[in-house]
Amino acid sequence: MTVGGNSLTDTAEHPLQTLDRVVIRFAGDSGDGMQLTGDRFTSVSALFGNDLSTLPDYPAEIRAPAGTLAGVSAFQVSIADHDILTPGDAPNVLVAMNPAALKANLKDLLSGGTILVNVDAFDERNLVKAGYEANPLTDDSLAGYTVYEVPMTSLTLEAAKPTGAKPRDAERSKNFFALGLVSWMYTRPVEDTLQWIAARFAKTPTVAESNALAFKAGYNFGETAELFDSAYEVKPTHFDPGTYTNISGNTAIAWGLVAAGQLANLPVFLGSYPITPASDILHELSKHKNFGVRTMQAEDEIAGVGAALGAAFGGHLGVTTTSGPGVVLKSETIGLAVSMELPLVIIDIQRGGPSTGLPTKTEQADLLLAVYGRHGESPLPVVAAKTPSDCFFAAIEAVRIAVKYRTPVILLSDGYLANGTEPWRLPAVEDLPEISAPFTTEPNGTDAAGNPVYLPFLRDPETLARPWAVPGTPGLEHRIGGLEKSDPTGNISYDPANHEHMVRTRAAKVAGIAKDIPPVEVDDQEGAELLVLGWGSTYGSIGAAVAAARAGGRKVAQAHLTHLSPFPANLGEVLSRYRRVIVPEMNLGQLSRMVRAEFLVDARAVSKVQGQPFKASEIQAAIDEALESLQSEARA
Amino acid sequence: MTDVAPPTTKKDWSSDQEVRWCPGCGDYSILTAVQMLMPELNVRRENTVFVSGIGCSSRFPYYMNTYGMHSIHGRAPAIATGLAVARPDLDVWVITGDGDGLSIGGNHLIHALRRNVNLTILLFNNQIYGLTKGQYSPTSEVGKVTKSTPFGSVDWPFNPLSLALGAEATFVARTHDLDRKHMMETFRRAHEHKGAAFVEIFQNCNVFNDGAFEQITAKDNRSHMLIPLEHGRPIRFGPDGEKGVALDGQGRAAIVNVADVGEDALVVHDEKRPEPGLAFMLTRLSHGPYEPTPIGVFRAVERPTYGDQIQRQLLDAQSRSGPGDLAKLLSSGSTWEV
Ligand code: SF4
Repeated sequence: MTVGGNSLTDTAEHPLQTLDRVVIRFAGDSGDGMQLTGDRFTSVSALFGNDLSTLPDYPAEIRAPAGTLAGVSAFQVSIADHDILTPGDAPNVLVAMNPAALKANLKDLLSGGTILVNVDAFDERNLVKAGYEANPLTDDSLAGYTVYEVPMTSLTLEAAKPTGAKPRDAERSKNFFALGLVSWMYTRPVEDTLQWIAARFAKTPTVAESNALAFKAGYNFGETAELFDSAYEVKPTHFDPGTYTNISGNTAIAWGLVAAGQLANLPVFLGSYPITPASDILHELSKHKNFGVRTMQAEDEIAGVGAALGAAFGGHLGVTTTSGPGVVLKSETIGLAVSMELPLVIIDIQRGGPSTGLPTKTEQADLLLAVYGRHGESPLPVVAAKTPSDCFFAAIEAVRIAVKYRTPVILLSDGYLANGTEPWRLPAVEDLPEISAPFTTEPNGTDAAGNPVYLPFLRDPETLARPWAVPGTPGLEHRIGGLEKSDPTGNISYDPANHEHMVRTRAAKVAGIAKDIPPVEVDDQEGAELLVLGWGSTYGSIGAAVAAARAGGRKVAQAHLTHLSPFPANLGEVLSRYRRVIVPEMNLGQLSRMVRAEFLVDARAVSKVQGQPFKASEIQAAIDEALESLQSEARA
Repeated sequence: MTDVAPPTTKKDWSSDQEVRWCPGCGDYSILTAVQMLMPELNVRRENTVFVSGIGCSSRFPYYMNTYGMHSIHGRAPAIATGLAVARPDLDVWVITGDGDGLSIGGNHLIHALRRNVNLTILLFNNQIYGLTKGQYSPTSEVGKVTKSTPFGSVDWPFNPLSLALGAEATFVARTHDLDRKHMMETFRRAHEHKGAAFVEIFQNCNVFNDGAFEQITAKDNRSHMLIPLEHGRPIRFGPDGEKGVALDGQGRAAIVNVADVGEDALVVHDEKRPEPGLAFMLTRLSHGPYEPTPIGVFRAVERPTYGDQIQRQLLDAQSRSGPGDLAKLLSSGSTWEV
């Protein structure tokens, strides 16, 4: 056995300890390839059969100054032998590729946790850049942790020697050394990663080779170095039988849109402008032209939604993807879609705001913007996804409502869901919901002289949706626009009573969708007086917190909203059953404000706006606090 | 095209809506020219869509008995782009004005032109904001006194055709509201063009900017103030063709007396020049509607349209990977069985 050698050892000389869950954070410079490393570890663990959840966390700058705190990029992954809901509150293991990565992430590490550092990077210069006055590896400040100092850079250079690559280039393989080492520590299969390296770097054979050598060297280092007491295993989770894939929220949305287009038998048209963290949906959809998906990278956010609306007028499934700043720019066009009553799907991958805010960090502060953020009375349906894989179904639901009711629909996701991943059992295509989007092809009325005419605002009495006649249909030529329309001809009308009638009708149409969505389900507990109400990506943290609270003997009920406008028909009744409602959300209290206004209930926000998802423990603390205050009220 | 549309008359193309422009507005004659032209184009009403923004001219779609959308301020080129790309089978017209198309919507206009989206874009230039009751526009002359510029505008105006050529529009033309025949001919050419066709129409707003173009478009002034551009012909104008356009010593286009330079020195107009440079120089001959001004087709070149190229990529993808299969897509990442 040679360190950094070419062969992999598989005789385990170290004892194997079994863990039920581990949380690992890979941290380094944004140029160090930490996202790739984390991603790769995730894929291997998924294939191995663990349940998992991931949290990428990277700076807005593509290459912030190397070695600084601002440039630290991290990827947290939790793997478990059981069903997990979150990427974990605190890592057990921190891989720190340089002092800045250590400094930025140490505070999150579980006390007593394990630190793997690339000791080669702990030189004077990097320590200064990270703001360390003394070397933390030598000054006892890490006494509470198990620290492994591994010369990753030099071992990588040594390993890559046979490739003849310049040290500068070879050094860049050090993330694969780290991956190899962690793969050994957690007994991950190696073949798959080696194949992946070969495929991924096929165009640059030298890079492929040095990555593979570094990976093997890292693995062998774990095996041979006398540093480690044991390796660990995390056994596969018990999953329902089926075919699984690991999916991120943005990919799930893109696939959901492709699926919805097929289900509705409408070609998908995406008009979009690049924006973090939504661009990956544009990238993914652009690959699927064989589904008839048209993607257009527009000149700006307004043109993106405008083109989508134009396509919708032409009978396509018009979609635009963006983040908060883009939604604001698109507002006027969304209002036009409200007024013209055309199907349109607007996808907002929320990020920290206001303004440019925190482009790469997550937040849920666009809820009020989505529900209310247009001029005039312009209600529209709002749907929110709760997990990465749920983004697939949420996209289909948004499309279903949009085409059935001829209305723009806003779908809310966020940076955490967009980039986070989880294993997903692939649904059977035949189990996906049907979407019906019939075009009107015949005149639906008569004029004063009794001639057949098309009345574009003659509504379906049940859904209040107007007919959808697309250009190319003879005899149904008509004009629509943003000016108020006369019911049912669609001609311009300034009549006061007609305006009030149209405003109320559009509102009634959207409100009526409540009859067409599932009631909110409560995960109740006998005797619970506290309800934790959530929406969107807090689902995992709330679920983990509620489970922990119950394990600790507390009585708590949980409900989670997918539909935020209109609310499910039973929501008011559900809320009235509990003495106290708390609403954890990554904003200063937007859903809580909405339910207070709508239902006159004492719903209290539990807020966090740090660009990071809730830790389960934070919500658990809020649950405890709410229960205590209920108790003390009862005593008083 | 083998498809022969059933014969129609102007009346078939007129909607039942009462036209509500101010009496005497130049928009009426443009509407008439379009409605008279449509029966000559061998097109069908159901396949024709007029998309407009906001402004006086943007009421236009309501008066056409076709599909139409009166959208929001400045956005018509973007909306029409989506429609034209989604539905290459349609005939999509964009109706805009100097405020709508060059101010609030300037970005969309230049991008529709550079992409060569298959659109026929008619820009009604009246050098004023009419619908908001008389503020200066991005084509108003420097010094223009309006409600918002009581001491005269200090903005340097856009020359719409220079702008369109700067964006490398493949079809660029100009006409005016007092010459129906010229309008119809220009619109016909624009409609025939595959790709983005941009037509500036000098349009009189008789309420807020009356007579803005009179010095060049009034019947008596035309022969010595309008320079007709005809493909393959030397550029000449004047009651007896005594003036023309030639390149001076520095290679600049200039107005000359034919007697001074000789007929052979005149620029022979070539719409199909691949480089837009000379067409651009022609747009710079006049700095406002008080100097001899070229009208007609400045440029008409072929370039693949945006929609056709997108369509081709779809077809290529389908022949490469077959039509989309959802189950295959869902299992296209790395998967594992439980
Ligand atoms: S304001 Fe001017 S442009 Fe508008 S309708 Fe009246 S005359 Fe025509």
